[in-house]
Amino acid sequence: MTDTSLSTQESILTSTARDWSSDMTTFKGVPWGKAMMWIFLLSDTFIFTCFLVGYMVMRMTVTEAWPVASEVFALTVWGVSVPLLLIAIMTFILITSSGTMAMAVNMGYQRRKWAVFWLMLATALLGASFVGMQCFEWYKLIAEESIRPWGNPMGAPQFGSIFFMVTGFHGLHVSAGVVYLTIVAIRIVRGKYDHTNFEIVEIVGLYWHFVDLVWVFIFAFFYLW
Amino acid sequence: MATVEVPYQETVPLHHPKTWIGKYIFSQDHKIIAVQYGITAMAVGLVALILSEFMRIQIAFPGWELMNFFTADHYYQAITMHGMIMVIYLLTAFLLGAFGNFCVPLMCGARDMVFPFVNMLSYWVYLLSVIILMVSYFVPGGPTGAGWTLYPPQTITAGTPGFDWGIATMLISLAVFIVAFTMGGLNYITTILQARTRGLTLMRMPLTVWGIFIATFLGLIAFPALFVSAVMMLLDNFLGTSFFMPAIVSLGQPLDYSGGQPLLFQHLFWFFGHPEVYIVALPAFGVISDLISVHARKNIFGYRMMVWAIVAIGALSLIVWAHHMYVAGMHPSFGFFFATTTLIIAVPTALKVYNWILTLWRANIRITVPMLFALAFVLTFIVGGITGLFLGNVIIDIPLSDTYFVVAHFHMVMGVSPILAIFGGIYHWYPKLTGRMLNDTIGRTHFYFTFIGTYAIYFPMHYLGFIGVPRRYYETAIADFYPVAAHNLNKFITIAALIVGVSQILFIYNLVHSYFNGKKAPANPWGANSLEWCTPETPPRHGNWEDRLPTVHRWAYDFGVPGEEKDHIPQTVPRRKAS
Repeated sequence: MTDTSLSTQESILTSTARDWSSDMTTFKGVPWGKAMMWIFLLSDTFIFTCFLVGYMVMRMTVTEAWPVASEVFALTVWGVSVPLLLIAIMTFILITSSGTMAMAVNMGYQRRKWAVFWLMLATALLGASFVGMQCFEWYKLIAEESIRPWGNPMGAPQFGSIFFMVTGFHGLHVSAGVVYLTIVAIRIVRGKYDHTNFEIVEIVGLYWHFVDLVWVFIFAFFYLW
Repeated sequence: MATVEVPYQETVPLHHPKTWIGKYIFSQDHKIIAVQYGITAMAVGLVALILSEFMRIQIAFPGWELMNFFTADHYYQAITMHGMIMVIYLLTAFLLGAFGNFCVPLMCGARDMVFPFVNMLSYWVYLLSVIILMVSYFVPGGPTGAGWTLYPPQTITAGTPGFDWGIATMLISLAVFIVAFTMGGLNYITTILQARTRGLTLMRMPLTVWGIFIATFLGLIAFPALFVSAVMMLLDNFLGTSFFMPAIVSLGQPLDYSGGQPLLFQHLFWFFGHPEVYIVALPAFGVISDLISVHARKNIFGYRMMVWAIVAIGALSLIVWAHHMYVAGMHPSFGFFFATTTLIIAVPTALKVYNWILTLWRANIRITVPMLFALAFVLTFIVGGITGLFLGNVIIDIPLSDTYFVVAHFHMVMGVSPILAIFGGIYHWYPKLTGRMLNDTIGRTHFYFTFIGTYAIYFPMHYLGFIGVPRRYYETAIADFYPVAAHNLNKFITIAALIVGVSQILFIYNLVHSYFNGKKAPANPWGANSLEWCTPETPPRHGNWEDRLPTVHRWAYDFGVPGEEKDHIPQTVPRRKAS
């Protein structure tokens, strides 16, 4: 009994290896653009990993106190200071946009162009509102709490440096994604992709979900730690 | 399989350019882009070569009136620019940009890269990065003189040449280069993975493609670390953040920095820097494997081993970076880990060297010009690799650090060796690229000048390093505590370097002269098997193949198969039924 299961397993391994090394395409049924996006995201992962590792090193090595996240990132609503309120809303919006994006991909494979268009536009709008709220957050930190990239009244100057750098870099990714989504949405209704299987929607989706996933890490590292 | 699959490329019509500009300037043809990459890389490499000659003259003949214009600041700027240009803008760009672009689609039996437009952008962005780098000679203060490793805090502290503007152009240029490399690299990997022709399985790919494949992968993983460190250092310099800058007193004044971590930069830099060595070495390995097999008329020994050695070297190269930082001080077990992984890399690398030698063993060696360069590569790589074993050990590295021993080591292993592979590759593929043969006599003369000359330059440097002559010193000759032998050797090295430098004119003359006047090249002058020699036309036209892409039936190394009439069987020849 064990013998057969072992041999089956081996054959799965060998056959997978054979599939992957076969001619013409390594990943069967994967369009070029999709393969390329996955490889790009692998590279981009390393950029954010390096940023986050830099952040961890800063947290470990600075000698001055690190500002307390729940106080710095609190929002005062009707006289009550609610920690992480703004960031909770921003995260909720970004996760929601991942949902609309997934629906757009689904509609794409059903070739329902206008549904794809509106869903992608909704995703772009949610992304844009995320960037807008991030601008508001930056404004609050800079103008009201006088946090600067080179220093802040609460403690370690590296807090502002790394926070603005990493969230800024992520914000640039979201902004680029908004532009990307809009362009692809317009091109879809104009019929530029009619000869394809609408995999472009999935490719945009891959990028968008990646940006969301990065946000989850940034959220955990900067706001909860 | 019952149904015959059709490669996707065969179903999409190729858009041929109509205008001269579309054909040769803003070209989307991978072969033209390869030439553009190659010419730009060689041009910028010549700048770096001239800089190195200035440095050598200064080291050997300090105080010579003609060299009065060459101040200490100029010397450090020359060191920095020479290193950075050679490693990134010449070697990486040539091996991946030129060879990658030329070889990958042809050897995979593809019409072009999967996204030719992105491929074209890759070149133009690379050219932009080169221009930004050259602009640093025209900004106030000149280019940065921090050494190619750009270690903070000295890099952006007053006193270092180009600490304000030169470093900015350098870092911006690097970031732009990374963007260019990413666009090209994504194309290479996707082409290799998804756009091979019928019958070309991964384990039938020529080793050149394997080397470029893994090297590009390494680049996509390692360059982000350089990108991040460049961004952080730019912010330190211009926004006053303290990522890498500790509290520091400069010229008697405390600077506005505090709490930064200079070691973080070293880790980020070398997490890029060490894989970079293999980004340069792996394509060279691949090219050399193909050259040796073709010109020795024998199949490469242990093809599978060669492939897995490339993969293993690539994987290991990501976990050895801190062996460049032993003198920065580290926990002993940390040093132990990095020394061990470093020495483990020697195993797959030695395996490759043994396989090259075993390929040569009892082979029908033809001493052509590409073969000369290939043999020289193996010799040089052995010397450079063995000194690497010295430097991989913490206890031997610490006294040898920052001496000429290190200079000798890395020039042998990743300076001269890849350059020899590039020369060999050019002599090998030039007939396919241009339809003309290079002049053999000039080629041989160029080879002997280059090979013997580089040995004359770098071999004595091991000795200089052992007696403790430090690298990066503007004037060592005035120090009379070095033996007379060291001073005389320095003069000898400089003269050899000048001869090698001048002899490169032969090579450039050969390239230009043969393009117009060379002998017409046959379709397959070397009797090679891989797909680029099976194109319907020489040089191949846009699209490489006729209506149908070639079909591959075998690996690329069927030389001198017993029982066959011809001494080589191209990959497109069907296999006979076993009788």
